[in-house]
Order: sequence, then C-alpha cells, then structure tokens
Amino acid sequence: MTTELWIALLPLPPLVVFFAILLGAHRNNRLSHRLAVGAMGISWALAMAVFVRAVGVADLAHAPFAASFNWLPTGAGWLRMGVLVDPLSALALFFVAWTCLGIFIYSIGYHNFGQPRDPHDQPGLPPHHGGVEPMYARFFAFISLFAAAMLALVVSDNLLLLFIGWEIMGLCSYLLIGFWYGKPSAREAMVKAFLTTRIGDVFMLLGIVALYSATGTLNFREILANEQVLAALAAAPSGVLGLSLAGLIGLLLFFGTVGKSAQWPLHVWLPDAMEGPTPVSAMIHAATMVSAGVYLVLRFFPLITAGWHEGAALTPTMTVVAAIGAFTALFAATIAVAQNDIKRVLAYSTISQLGYMIAAAGIGAYVAAAFHLFTHAFFKALLFLGSGSVIHGMEAGEAATSKGDHAAGGHAIDPQNMFSMGGLRKRMPVTFWTFLIGGFALSGFPLLTAGFWSKDEILADAFGHGHMLVFGALAAAALLTAFYTMRQISLTFLGSPRTPAAEHAHEPAWSMRIPLIGLAVFAIAAGWIGIPEHFPALGGIIPNWVHGFLGASLAEGGAELAFSATPLLVSVAAALGGLTLGWWVYRRVAAGSPDPLERALGPVHRILKNKYYFDEFYQDVFVRPAYWLAETVVAGWIDRGIIDGTLHAIGGLSLRVGAFLRKWFDLLVINAIGDQVGNLVKWGGSVLRFVQTGRVQQYLVVGLVFVGLVFTGLLLLRP
Amino acid sequence: MIPLSWYLVLAAAIFCVGLYGALARRNAVAILMGIELMLNAVNINLIAFWRYLNPGSMGGQVFAIIVFAVAASEAAVGLALIISIYRRRSTVAADELNLLKW
Repeated sequence: MTTELWIALLPLPPLVVFFAILLGAHRNNRLSHRLAVGAMGISWALAMAVFVRAVGVADLAHAPFAASFNWLPTGAGWLRMGVLVDPLSALALFFVAWTCLGIFIYSIGYHNFGQPRDPHDQPGLPPHHGGVEPMYARFFAFISLFAAAMLALVVSDNLLLLFIGWEIMGLCSYLLIGFWYGKPSAREAMVKAFLTTRIGDVFMLLGIVALYSATGTLNFREILANEQVLAALAAAPSGVLGLSLAGLIGLLLFFGTVGKSAQWPLHVWLPDAMEGPTPVSAMIHAATMVSAGVYLVLRFFPLITAGWHEGAALTPTMTVVAAIGAFTALFAATIAVAQNDIKRVLAYSTISQLGYMIAAAGIGAYVAAAFHLFTHAFFKALLFLGSGSVIHGMEAGEAATSKGDHAAGGHAIDPQNMFSMGGLRKRMPVTFWTFLIGGFALSGFPLLTAGFWSKDEILADAFGHGHMLVFGALAAAALLTAFYTMRQISLTFLGSPRTPAAEHAHEPAWSMRIPLIGLAVFAIAAGWIGIPEHFPALGGIIPNWVHGFLGASLAEGGAELAFSATPLLVSVAAALGGLTLGWWVYRRVAAGSPDPLERALGPVHRILKNKYYFDEFYQDVFVRPAYWLAETVVAGWIDRGIIDGTLHAIGGLSLRVGAFLRKWFDLLVINAIGDQVGNLVKWGGSVLRFVQTGRVQQYLVVGLVFVGLVFTGLLLLRP
Repeated sequence: MIPLSWYLVLAAAIFCVGLYGALARRNAVAILMGIELMLNAVNINLIAFWRYLNPGSMGGQVFAIIVFAVAASEAAVGLALIISIYRRRSTVAADELNLLKW
C-alpha cells in the first residue's frame, strides 16, 4: 500500500462507524464505544504511520505525498479531489490523531459507562447521579463524525474538500453543543454557535468562489506552491478598498477563520459552547474545530502574504489579520480573568491563544503560529479533559453529600463554579498534576513546558520584526494568561475545600485518567521539537526540528531569527509574574467570600465579568433588530400586510364577483333554464299521462291504428 | 279448382271477426278467443300461399305448425292469467282491469 492510499483511507473509519452506530450499533453501548474507539485507533495508527513516513522524506515541502483523481467534470476541465500531506498537514495530523484518540477514550468514563441507567435520567439532559448517559451511543456517533471531518479537512488537497470537512464540523458542533438539548441554555448555545460560525462561512465561501474564478482551480499546490499564480493574484487589483485580488481572497478566507476560530468579533459562540459535554469542549477547542480555522490561515499563508517580503511592511490583509489576532488575544485574556466557571475560563483562554496564532500568522511568523497550534492542541485538550474530570468529581461529591435531596433534583451548588471547589489537590491527585502541567504549559512556564517554547517563538518573532504593538498586546495577554491560569488552579485545587461536595470529590474512572496522563506528556514534550538553535545553553541540544520541517514550505524567510534577550525576558517575566500573582491573590479564598479582584478592580471587574457586554451588545444590535425585522417588518408588514393583504383582496374580489355572478347569472340564467326544462318535462308528462288509460283494448286500438297508418304509408310510398 | 283469392277472402273475414272480438268484447276470455281467431286466419293465409305459390317447399306448413305451438302456449298462459285475475278481482271484464292507468 502506498502512503497516499493510507492518507486517503485515514478519515474513513470514523465515518463508517458514525453510520454503523446510527443505523444499528446504537442499541448496544459497549459495541458503540468499541466501534468508535476502534475506528479512531485505526485512524490514529494510519496517521502515525503517515507521520513517520512524512518525517522520513527528505524534502517533504517540495515533494509532499499527494494523489488526486478526477471528480467532477466542469466544462473544459475537471474538478479534482485528492489528498495531500505536506509538513503542515503532517503536523496537524499528529496532534489531531492524538487528541481525538484521547478524547474518545476519555468519553467512555465521562459518560459513566458501566453504571446502570438512572431511571430519573432523560435523554437530552445530563445524567444526575452517576448513571450512564442515556444517549451514550449517539455521543460516540457524533464525535466519530467530528473526527472524520477534521481528518478529511487536514488531509485534503483542495479547498472544496476542506470546506466540506469544515461544514461537517459546523454541523457536528451544533449537534454536540446541543447534545443535552433538554437544557434551554444548550439549545440557545447550539443555535448561536451554528449561526455565528455561519457568518464567517459565508465570507469564506465567497473567498472560495473568488479564488476559483480567479485561478480556475482549488487545489492547494496549484495555487499556493505556484509563484506565478501568487504573483499574478498579488498584482491584480480587486476593485474593493484598493486591495489586491490575493489580499481580498485572503481576507475573505480569513473571515471564515474568524468565525471558526472564534476571533473577535465572532468570538461569542465559543464560551457558550461550553454547554456541551466536556469531551466535546475539548474536541471543539483543541483537537478540531478551532484548530481548523488556524489551519486554514496557515494553509493559505502564501496567499494571505502574497506580495509581502520578509522584512517589508505588512500588506493590508496581513495588518487586519495581525490586528484581529493580537486584539483578540488580549481582549479574551482580560475576560477570562473574571470568569468563575471553570470551563468558561478555558474557553476564553482558547480564544486568546487562537488570537496568538492568528497574530503570528498575520505578522508572517508562519512557523511560530503552526508550532503554537501544535502545542496548544495538546495542553488545551489536557486542560479541558482535566476540567471535565474536576466537574465529574464535583458531581460525584455532590451526589455523595446530598443523598437526601435526590428527590428534589437539581444541584444545590454549581459543580462548574470554581468558588465552590478548592482543595481538590488531595482528592484528585492525577487530575491535579496533569491539570497543573496543562496550566503551566498554557501560561508558558519557562523551559519545562511546551507552551513556553511556542509562545516565546511568537513573541520573539513579533519583537524581532519590529511589530511592537502586536508584541505589547501579546506580552500583556501572556501575563494575564498566567494570572488567570494560576487563579484557576488555586481556586480549584489549592487551599481548603469550600463546599462539602469538594470535600467528597474523588478521582474519575481510569478511562478518564489515562488520556490525561498521555496528553500531559505531550504538553511538556511537544515543545522540545522547536527549541530555537540560538537559545542560550539549551539551543542546539535537540535540533530545531519544527523550524526545518515547516520552514521549508515557505518560499522565503526560512532563516531563524537571531536570539534576542528582550522577548525572552518579557515572556519569562510575564509567565512567572502572572503565576505568582495569581497564586498570591487566590492562595486562600474562604468559602462564600467574593472574588478578591472584585474589590481591587471595582467596576472594571463587572465589565470583564460580563464579557464587555458583547452578548448584550449583539443582542441589542443584531439579534433584536433581526427579530424585529422578522416579526414586525417581514411577518407583520410585508407578510401579513402586503402579501396577505393582496391575497385577501384577491380573495375578497373573487367572492364579490362570485356573488354577483351567482345572483345575476347563475340564478337568473342557468338555474332558470334548468328549471324550465324540468317544468316542461313535468308538464309534458302530466299531459301525456292521460294516454295511459289502463284499458287493454284501447291500447290494441292504438296499435291497430298505427299499424294501419304504417301500412298505408308503406303502400303509398311504394313507387 | 278454387282460386287463391277465395281463401284469402275467407282468411281476411276470419281475421276481421277475430279483430273485432279482441277489440270489442268485454270478457277477457272472449278477447283471447279473438286473438286465436286472428292467428288461425293468418295460418289459412300461410297454407294457401304455400299451396298455390310454392308447393315444393315445406316452409308454409312449418310456419303454420310453429304458429299453432305459439298459439297453444299463448292460450295456456293467457287463461292462467285470466284465472289468476278472476281469483283476485272476481271479474274477467277487460275494462274493469284498469289498475295501470295514470
């Protein structure tokens, strides 16, 4: 079997399993999860095999694994479908396969497999007291489809297949965010996520169309690896805002990313997406969906940066990308500081970290962005799974302490609120240590963690190329990241338990702990493959493999930056300072006491807690006018007023015409004729009936007369 | 040899007698008898024409025999009807049997 065939087969097992579970296997929970995990295992094995082979190729960037076939005749030519694994896809394949596999295994424990079903639990609502999830099999079907779509997106060699995977993920996120559709908040979140990402998708589709009409192909290599096409696109004016065609298309595609990767101003769906089960959050925030957005930007990096040269001023498109990325990174980090829901903090940190990657891509730091995408996937999946583990433990503790209130139903405390936790360090050591590793990686704890190396590279790139605004925003975001991460860790795991539930929390099943440990390994080790050559003391011990591997696919600028102490010191100071500050502020928060920040920041805290009122703002500016437009203008005026009015007028007119015709034509003419015919027949009958005398002999006489007449006639008529 | 016209005259006379009886008599039995007379007048015609015009074929005789058979059945059915009517209405006068009028 060739590597290309392996690549093509890679997304199929989860897809097949999706249908298998939906069509039959869903009756059996054990069979369903075995199928799903087994299929993901096959995909994982194929992905690893492909990755190993890809690493073994000397010049993968210029001789990638690629194969395609004619798929759709398009007039003169063919639309080709195919697979492509170049350095970027190989790297993406690696983290997608690992995180997905971890999440699949984790889901078994998360949904309480092996427990009896609680008779109080209903499909569409989370199980309350540790019973197995009522829609267990369905969950595995959905995440299988999700994984299949992401794998297809990663191995795709053209924008169309990428878009198909992209949209399937949109559907899956909708289905999974609203997995517990019995909760009104989950229903709202699923619609919000779907509609918000849809806005970006519309722009992206426009970009795809524009790209196809400009180049006649959607194949990545034909566009992105072709200097002439890129140069032509960069030179052609688009007629919009003075952008070049390449700039416009890049911007349109980037808007797709803004929706998918939850960048400002379309970031609002992602925190609400926390309504889904926690493995879904991990799936969306680490392994697949939001990564897909960054992957798209990196994939189209040559197009977005077309016309730009290393060291030159940024093109307008790049400026927009960098500005949105940097702004989002800082903006989301400030919100995360004031959130109390353990998953929401992570959601905003995801937005913030995605902002880092986007900003890095915007300033032309391709390798740094891809590297951060790679490491972030691991430690963010780890953090989400860890938070799921914490929530699980809290729910178990809650169930253990409030046995008496079972009948009442509902939670006395919110198991996701960090202020009801505390001291979980001793109750859940595995979760604590892995969460600590993930959190430190997220904060960029120096030297040890993966997050440090990738984040440092972005900061170094921003500083080295003189993008001081971006550098400043990202450095501030790094400080906040470290602060809110430590806040989260302190509130959750350190100190003493603040509620009885936290006292009785315990470690979840092994199937949930194993993925945590596996991902924790990556959260540390994933950074070692990208240690800069010029780094003091450590540089060069392990070759900077990422840079060589990814940088080769760039047309120019593969050279590494010279080492500069300023960004490194800033990065270390931000990470350590933030962590220390976070620990110091939250080291002992008593039960029931307010957030110490509340007093320190005053009204600012309220703004942050309410996420800058973006939800309210969108509600007032977009949602409510949309409803008003729909209900008052369209439904009320246009539909009921104009359209219904016209119809009613036509109907009324018809009724009048009908009534008129009935009165003056039907009744008068038609009915009269009909009646007169009837009357005539009746009268004729009443006259003629006297012939019927009932006397046989009279009939005989009549017969005789007629025979006589006929006979006479015949005789007379004879010639 | 008696000419054909004599037979025809005889037959016509009998037919007229029968016709008169069928039309003018009140008694249903008499009407039936008038009908029989007319049939037999026709028979005389048939036989006479056969004998004078085409004696070689059997047609006239066969026709006459068929008419006998029909007349006999008609008389049987007719008399049965008359008896049935008499039992119900105690009369056989044709002009009193006028239920089927307007």
